[in-house]
Amino acid sequence: MAENQEIRSKIHVENMNFFYGSVQALFDINIELPEKKVTAFIGPSGCGKSTFLRTLNRMNDIIDGTRLEGKVLIDGGDIYGPITDVVELRRKVGMIFQKSNPFPKSIFDNIAYGPRLHGVKDKGKLMEIVESCLVKSALWDEVKDRLDKSAMSLSGGQQQRLCIARALAINPDIVLMDEPASALDPKSTLKIEDLIGELRKDYTIIIVTHNMQQAGRVSDNTAFFYEGRLIEYGATEQIFTKPNEKQTEDYITGRFG
Amino acid sequence: MNKQRLKAKLIKYFLQSCGSLSIVIVLLIFLFLFKEALPFIGQPGLTELFHSVWNPVSFQKEEFGLLPLVTGSVLVTLLATVIAIPFGIIGAVYISEVASAKEREFLKPFIEILAGIPSVVLGFFGLVVIAPLVKDVFGLNTGLTALTGAVLLALMAIPTIMSISEDAIKSVPAAYKEASLALGASRLETIWKVVVPAALSGIIASVMLGMGRVVGETMTVMMVTGNAPVVSFNPFTSVRTMTATVAAEMGEVTIGSDHYMALFWVGIVLMLMTFILNLVSYRVLKKYGSERA
Ligand SMILES: Nc1ncnc2c1ncn2[C@@H]1O[C@H](COP(=O)(O)OP(=O)(O)OP(=O)(O)O)[C@@H](O)[C@H]1O
Ligand SMILES: [Mg+2]
Repeated sequence: MAENQEIRSKIHVENMNFFYGSVQALFDINIELPEKKVTAFIGPSGCGKSTFLRTLNRMNDIIDGTRLEGKVLIDGGDIYGPITDVVELRRKVGMIFQKSNPFPKSIFDNIAYGPRLHGVKDKGKLMEIVESCLVKSALWDEVKDRLDKSAMSLSGGQQQRLCIARALAINPDIVLMDEPASALDPKSTLKIEDLIGELRKDYTIIIVTHNMQQAGRVSDNTAFFYEGRLIEYGATEQIFTKPNEKQTEDYITGRFG
Repeated sequence: MNKQRLKAKLIKYFLQSCGSLSIVIVLLIFLFLFKEALPFIGQPGLTELFHSVWNPVSFQKEEFGLLPLVTGSVLVTLLATVIAIPFGIIGAVYISEVASAKEREFLKPFIEILAGIPSVVLGFFGLVVIAPLVKDVFGLNTGLTALTGAVLLALMAIPTIMSISEDAIKSVPAAYKEASLALGASRLETIWKVVVPAALSGIIASVMLGMGRVVGETMTVMMVTGNAPVVSFNPFTSVRTMTATVAAEMGEVTIGSDHYMALFWVGIVLMLMTFILNLVSYRVLKKYGSERA
């Protein structure tokens, strides 16, 4: 059943160039990202993975002097079009940052932040959302007795899972993760990876990672970037076992990067 | 090597003595105030201070009730704070979060200039501009009211509140803002729901320090509040503050008289009030520092 289901494209990027002021960071990117799959972005430091990720929810907009050329479509709609509502876009495209960044508020208020912004006021409804998101992010059992405690009292790994719960609370379609486990110990990393495995059923996930094993473990497809260009993109297994490009092979086998 | 260590030690001692110097001075001032004020406890007695009439020069009955002076100071200070808070905080938010770099460059010197205006000059401004305005707008007999003083004191508190709040707001990690924006919050929502709450302790401290500045201010209030020592919480009445009382009467009083000692008690109460304000703001700031880590 799952096999013959057609894979729908969720994000479509066409001839995209991106500039920080006069410095070009991304060059002529063309890529098609499928719905409800995990796509990993890999590549050496400074190659533009984060930049690309942040074009997908227009987080680069907050940096002065940035400019984008080309097209980025989500569900067929141009997210850089003149009528795009950035708030709507960011509701649909959640983001997890490299360094966990919970607000200095209670655990409950952290997760309720998004829903409250978007008009949910009912306490019972909020509680429902908080619980279901914490369950999804595998944090519920650890924090259910202290939802009113500051999020700052959680461990690093717990904080990151809280941030995932917070992102899920606005019910996005797409979740962008920028090296979500790079600051975590192996055990917490594993938890995050398990979590991604769970979330892939419901969400389109894009994850930036420097950890090749991690990319191999969690992703369906992998895109390799180098110096602002998309060098190779394909099924993770193919990229890791028989890459078509020499640069990809060199990177994966650890010859540079 | 040894020389280096000696140097480090010397520097340490120097810093230590500078640090302790302020403690010594504070203690000395308190001691000196108490020394002058002490005999009052025996004759005419401390309870005298709690009365509600301040009439230190009289042929019938001299009265040294501090109440009208304390309420005068409290009224003017609270009013000034209430006026200064919105301007100070919104200004701080604007400068740190909304203004472009150019606007910031332009605005910040003006805030410093405002902070640097001598209080006598502000007093003139009050007499010539604010007092007639208050009189006309509210239809009063005189423009020399608590409100007039409060408006001017607010002008003095605003730079303090603005610059310390701005520091607090600027030190809110950018990661909080990014998180909020990424959740679909607008810039304004992010400022009010994340940035300001995260900087709240610093903002509260700035308000406290602004109040401390206002309580201690003398010249302006003496010039524009009318100096009537009455117990009142009506902003449209004339009041007399503790500072104005000491400044106005100290020059003419006989040294060692009851009146003289009563003025020292005014000083002690004033000092305690600012001391408490500073202590509270220090506590708040400290708590906020540790919360971040
Ligand atoms: N805010 C910015 N202003 C100017 N240039 C930037 C900015 N952010 C990133 N860049 C530049 O854009 C290029 C791509 O950076 P990006 O952060 O996307 O790389 P990355 O692949 O995520 O690297 P890493 O793996 O180290 O996170 C780099 O050359 C970087 O210097
Ligand atoms: Mg990056």
